Amino acid sequence: MGGKVVRIKEHPILKFDRGKELAFFFDGRELLGHEGETIAAALHAAGVRELSTSAVLHRPRGFFCAIGTCSSCLMVVNGVPNVRVCVERLAAGMIVETQQGRGDLGASV
Amino acid sequence: MHRYDICVIGGGPAGLSAAKAAGNAGAKVLLIDENDRLGGQLIKQTHMFFGSEKQQAGTRGIDISSQLVDAIGRMPNVEVYLECAALGLYDDKVLTMLHKKRYEKIVATKFIVATGASERMLAFVGNDLPGVYGAGAVQTLMNVYGVSPGARVLMIGAGNIGLIVSYQLLQAGVNVVAILEASPHIGGYLVHAAKVRRAGVPILTSHTIKEAYGARAVEGATICELDEKWQVRPGSERKIAVDVVCLAVGLSPLTDLLWQADCRMIHVTELGGHVAWRDANLCTSQGHIYIAGDVAGVEEASSAMVEGELAGLAAAKELGLATPALELGLSEAREQLRALRSGPVGDKIRTGLALAQSGEVFGIA
Repeated sequence: MGGKVVRIKEHPILKFDRGKELAFFFDGRELLGHEGETIAAALHAAGVRELSTSAVLHRPRGFFCAIGTCSSCLMVVNGVPNVRVCVERLAAGMIVETQQGRGDLGASV
Repeated sequence: MHRYDICVIGGGPAGLSAAKAAGNAGAKVLLIDENDRLGGQLIKQTHMFFGSEKQQAGTRGIDISSQLVDAIGRMPNVEVYLECAALGLYDDKVLTMLHKKRYEKIVATKFIVATGASERMLAFVGNDLPGVYGAGAVQTLMNVYGVSPGARVLMIGAGNIGLIVSYQLLQAGVNVVAILEASPHIGGYLVHAAKVRRAGVPILTSHTIKEAYGARAVEGATICELDEKWQVRPGSERKIAVDVVCLAVGLSPLTDLLWQADCRMIHVTELGGHVAWRDANLCTSQGHIYIAGDVAGVEEASSAMVEGELAGLAAAKELGLATPALELGLSEAREQLRALRSGPVGDKIRTGLALAQSGEVFGIA
């Protein structure tokens, strides 16, 4: 995963009031995040930077804008593809999966 | 269908100020934002603002946001819809929206579009690797969620955003390896540049990134020097180990809604790309649509707030809500904008605004 990713503990200006700890699943692994944070922030704090693969060349994709406009962070969340994880809040028990390419809406949709 | 006098789209600095001004003037206002909280990008601005007292200089962006949100919360005539994305804005003054996953419509006499801007990309090999982040994204991650973006950051761009975010990275305990600036000069205020330099961060002018490399995420970057013609100086390439490449190379106005609403659009490089033609009161070629903030031209949050106030008051005046106090507010807002954009720092924005207000392009008198 490359770089050291940490939760900032001390900051000269900001105080981080993190919500209660939540367990969620990323590609079958159980990870911990906090209530109130986005899925992308929780994954990043857990050292996960690769969120999906590109549609044609299958290159790794992370987030870019973090405000829900660039479509670089689309993942499959609870079976639903193309969820913008940079703005979607984490919930307990969420099943988050790396999205391969465009994602599949399935026959039921 | 619900009816409003004024609907403000976007709850960042410009939209909040527009809603507050229109609300104060007595209009029935709806403010919508696609996020689940108001404040836009103010909520991650931990630095103190510049300008005069009227633009809240010396106050941090995060605090300005709460003050504006509180003020709006006290107004019974201003309603707020969160998790509400504007979908389409039509000639019959109907706005369609996706509000908490439901399709809804409202009617308003005037609209103020304050949708902001989005981070610009830069062309280089490997720019799609995880670890290449926009400066705004880095700010969100560390200032809103308290997660450090990585251990070693290469900042691209020495404008105010690049310099301020570099300083904020240092405050969060992250190592900023260098700041690259393609032009021969630092674009941002020297007071910001001096702060990061004192902390030991080199600012390399006439330098850019050539490649970001790594197996599945950024592990390093190749940087190079540029000559007078902005071409790579042969043999100047060198590799540096970084796990984050942060792009602070400007913003583009988020104008989708204005295109869809058929506002006359014009490309103004100085304002960040395509923007809507507007008159001195920020009214577009569609008489019911006003603009304010970065969507009208990428500038600072301070001027975005004053533009919001101007658009809010001007729209309220058109609704017949003019009072001596409103007229005074209008002239004060115009004067504040003039002051904010004065001097050599405001050259670019003044040139851009003259173009965006010029009717010649479209044969408008």
